Amino acid sequence: MSVTTEDLLARSVATWCPGATGIANAARLSGGASQETWSFDIVHPDGNIGAILRRAPMGYGAAPDRAAGLDAEAVLMQRAYAAGIPSPRVMHVLSPLDELGTGFIMARVEGETIPRKILRDAKFAEARPKLARQLGGVLAKIHALPLPQLPELRRMTAASEIAELERDYRTLNWPRPVFDLALRWLRDNDPGPAAEGTLVHGDFRHGNLIIGPDGVRAVLDWELAHFGDPMEDLGWICVNSWRFGEIDKPVGGFGTRDELFAGYEVEGRRVDAARVHFWEVMGTLRWGVMCCGMMQRFRSGPDHSMERAMIGRRSSETEIDLLRLLAPRRKP
Amino acid sequence: MQDEPTPTELIQAVAAFLRNDIAPTLNGHSAFKLRVAINALDLVGRQLTLEKRSNAAERERLTRLLGRNGTLSELNSALADGISSGSINLQTPGVAEHLWQTTMDKLAVDQPNYASYRRELEGNRE
Repeated sequence: MSVTTEDLLARSVATWCPGATGIANAARLSGGASQETWSFDIVHPDGNIGAILRRAPMGYGAAPDRAAGLDAEAVLMQRAYAAGIPSPRVMHVLSPLDELGTGFIMARVEGETIPRKILRDAKFAEARPKLARQLGGVLAKIHALPLPQLPELRRMTAASEIAELERDYRTLNWPRPVFDLALRWLRDNDPGPAAEGTLVHGDFRHGNLIIGPDGVRAVLDWELAHFGDPMEDLGWICVNSWRFGEIDKPVGGFGTRDELFAGYEVEGRRVDAARVHFWEVMGTLRWGVMCCGMMQRFRSGPDHSMERAMIGRRSSETEIDLLRLLAPRRKP
Repeated sequence: MQDEPTPTELIQAVAAFLRNDIAPTLNGHSAFKLRVAINALDLVGRQLTLEKRSNAAERERLTRLLGRNGTLSELNSALADGISSGSINLQTPGVAEHLWQTTMDKLAVDQPNYASYRRELEGNRE
């Protein structure tokens, strides 16, 4: 009989959590074949400790070309935590002795990540008006992390990101004139490399932010972190796809750009609104191309899921949003 | 000639059965997946109803815009290439209107409840 993940977790926890007597309530949350997330409790005489395991099982060590890698993610979360950025505390980075693959174990932060609940539930009513400003402040702190302390990450510019998007779009081999319009606009409006390259979170949006009734509690998922233009993060969180119907509140469906920018600048960093707009266009196109990629993976397998297929039919949402950005029919 | 009921009618009947009789009996992940399934059937129903007319209109616009004939796929590729190279842009007569109409027709099938789409529909009625 093979050793289960639960057995290995219990053995690992005993080696680094003094007093722990075992684990309980282990449940796999999500992820594909190459990356898994587990929730479990560390059983401890002083009270159970909620924990999350994020790992690539053995044999799946190699990260996809865009991913920072789980070891880098662990370091980024540790640096973020130390700098006072809302972030789960990393309790343990997996070593070969754990026999759990690569990854890390972090404290479980209670709260909500589901956008519709955050945008509609009464318990978040007091948090919503504060969120955009708070998140601006969080981004400013992320962008201020000193580069020498960070792991090696991909270095990206607007030009390299346009080239990557264009390559992905051409691979789809399906004509979408609106995507060509957006690519053309991006090439014509490339603002050039940022004056100051910083850490960029890369996926700062609903789903990767744990929200409580008091506001933002944790930033998750540094998988797409890279070095580049800090305005990219501000543009990405303004993409209409993350507004979930609240289209007049550009920041995540809960706030204004002015609030986001004010929260950012109060930390002593400057916002370049034109660059933010550029990255919003880029982000809208990127999500559109990603939706098309879902449809491709649905077709080529092994995941023939209906959900993937239906996400493929959401790419037209980004086409209307791109037209609203680049060819508006009336004055806003 | 195939007999009735039509594919559209059959799909609508199946979607109604799933929505009214099965959905209330499920919860959790199965309920979520069933919602996705019903959305997919509804989408297919809309496409069967709307596609023929919107494709014909799109092809007519493209033929006029590009001054050539071809399949819908060939004409779309030609427009995409023209926009990419810069020989066609938003100032080219008819291009902005064409892209808007084509996109609105896609949304009418894919996501008629998408907020941006609803806003543009309202805007056009004002």
